Amino acid sequence: MEGIIQNPHSSVAFANRIRRRVLEMICRAKSSHIGSVFSVVDVLAVLYDQILRVDPVRPDWRDRDRFILSKGHACAGLYAALAERGFFPASWLEEFFADGGRLAGHATHWGVPGVEVSSGSLGHGLSLGCGMAVAGKHDGLGYRVFVLLSDGECDEGSTWEAALFAPHHGLDNLVAIVDYNKIQSFGRVADVLNLDPFAAKWESFGWSVCEIDGHDHAQIANSLRGIPRSSGRPTCIVAHTVKGKGVSFMEDKVLWHYRCPDAEERRLAFAELEGK
Amino acid sequence: MRGAFFRGLMDLAAQDDRVYLLVGDLGFGVVEPFMRKFPERFLNVGVAEQNMTGVAAGLALTGKIVFTYSIANFPILRCLEQIRNDVCYHRANVKIVSIGGGFSYGALGMSHHATEDLAILRALPELTVIAPGDPVEAEAATHAAASHDGPCYLRLGRAGEPMVHESKVEFQIGRAIRVRQGDALTLISTGAMLRTAVDVADRLAEKGTPVRVLSMHTIKPLDTDAVLAAAVETRAIVTIEEHSVAGGLGGAVAECLAESGELRVPFKRLGIPTSFSAPPGTQEYLREQCGLSVKSILGSLEPLLESVHASGFLIRPVVTT
Repeated sequence: MEGIIQNPHSSVAFANRIRRRVLEMICRAKSSHIGSVFSVVDVLAVLYDQILRVDPVRPDWRDRDRFILSKGHACAGLYAALAERGFFPASWLEEFFADGGRLAGHATHWGVPGVEVSSGSLGHGLSLGCGMAVAGKHDGLGYRVFVLLSDGECDEGSTWEAALFAPHHGLDNLVAIVDYNKIQSFGRVADVLNLDPFAAKWESFGWSVCEIDGHDHAQIANSLRGIPRSSGRPTCIVAHTVKGKGVSFMEDKVLWHYRCPDAEERRLAFAELEGK
Repeated sequence: MRGAFFRGLMDLAAQDDRVYLLVGDLGFGVVEPFMRKFPERFLNVGVAEQNMTGVAAGLALTGKIVFTYSIANFPILRCLEQIRNDVCYHRANVKIVSIGGGFSYGALGMSHHATEDLAILRALPELTVIAPGDPVEAEAATHAAASHDGPCYLRLGRAGEPMVHESKVEFQIGRAIRVRQGDALTLISTGAMLRTAVDVADRLAEKGTPVRVLSMHTIKPLDTDAVLAAAVETRAIVTIEEHSVAGGLGGAVAECLAESGELRVPFKRLGIPTSFSAPPGTQEYLREQCGLSVKSILGSLEPLLESVHASGFLIRPVVTT
């Protein structure tokens, strides 16, 4: 039993709804990072549809699972997932990037139920998650802490400070999910600052590591069920993903870290997403 | 001040099980009593200040009161963005403690001189910035910081700072403590310069020129009432800090005076020039090099006192609102 499960078979449809909402939000806002969002939509969908023990009616519930979007630039996906789960009305999504609106261009927790922490600068989320995981252990609460990181933010030294800390303190209630789409802001991860052998790095730091296809909902769900995977060790899920996943012309292209779809691209993207 | 801080912290931790202490692999010989008595609430995070600060914020967001502890610039500059984004933006109940404000670590050199911290941290929203003047204030400040709901920075000296207050003081965040009375001028001191400021005042009093001394232990929020009262009631204002003259106590007081309408008062900042100290030396030596000894300060005050005396009148303009 994984807590509050809505419908275990619905996460693919959930993901598709998020993608469509995100496309709408980003086009309306004339903003960027659509590729970075689509990369993690499937992980977000499985988390919010099947895994996280959260309650939209009590967003501050003491025993809730904590989810931290460390790659704060993918916040459109988080906002859409939260709206889908009923944390706030879907109409709020229209305020993304808007003057005086509720939803800032990087994840912000102020006044937004369900957003655990604000992020946007990379390399902060895993430490925050460690602190929450320590508190959960000390307080004897059963919650888990899930932190979603980008591969690019694994360039940050602070990520590895936290990566050393979590196993040392036996934080088996902590899960780091790395969105390994292999493209960072200036190009291929392998060309900018190579991370490979990536899973082996986490393993050598003492994490229980699992590599999955980050778009295969069954694999995502299986990897996130039964935490801890290994008693006394934090879990790292290396999710192999494709930047821009779901819209063929956006897939695996650094351009869609930045570009906002024009009217024709938007139409084509919607057509592809509607067909799924 | 270090001993006073730990006395305060031990009391707090005994009274409130939300109190945690995180150290960045420093505090050998002083943190052990806390570690032994409250092992569950003590974490040595290693030489990793960014993670220390993030972990502290994460803990605080679950309802804990978390002290982070290290020396000089390590718990503040290395992890400045974690302080800004994770602690301040979330109003996380984290108390950042730096031992070794100013030149406390003397001959250890530039890396160990915390001489711009007040200016840098004063600019951060939500952060209360406290630099107590002696061990009595340091212990009181530890309690005050813990009771304050929100982020605080505590800039402490090291060990062996002289006492100024003979007994417990009424310590309120944002309220300066008047340590000496007088109206020739006001010396506003922050942090461990308080003893020096008081010694200067006592010398002047002996010569028949009583001056006011304010311990401005809170840099933010600044006690602007005390500053403006000094501007009205005394003839000049001089700030004294073991910190760069840019942006710290002197800067904060200057901002207050500059925006005080028609109030005009002779004003001088004493502190560290905006350059690095070149040769090594003890704290005392380095202070002297920057004109922060009793003798040098008395020298710096002479022209100001002469003009105050020569003017022959008290500057008591009407405060406009």
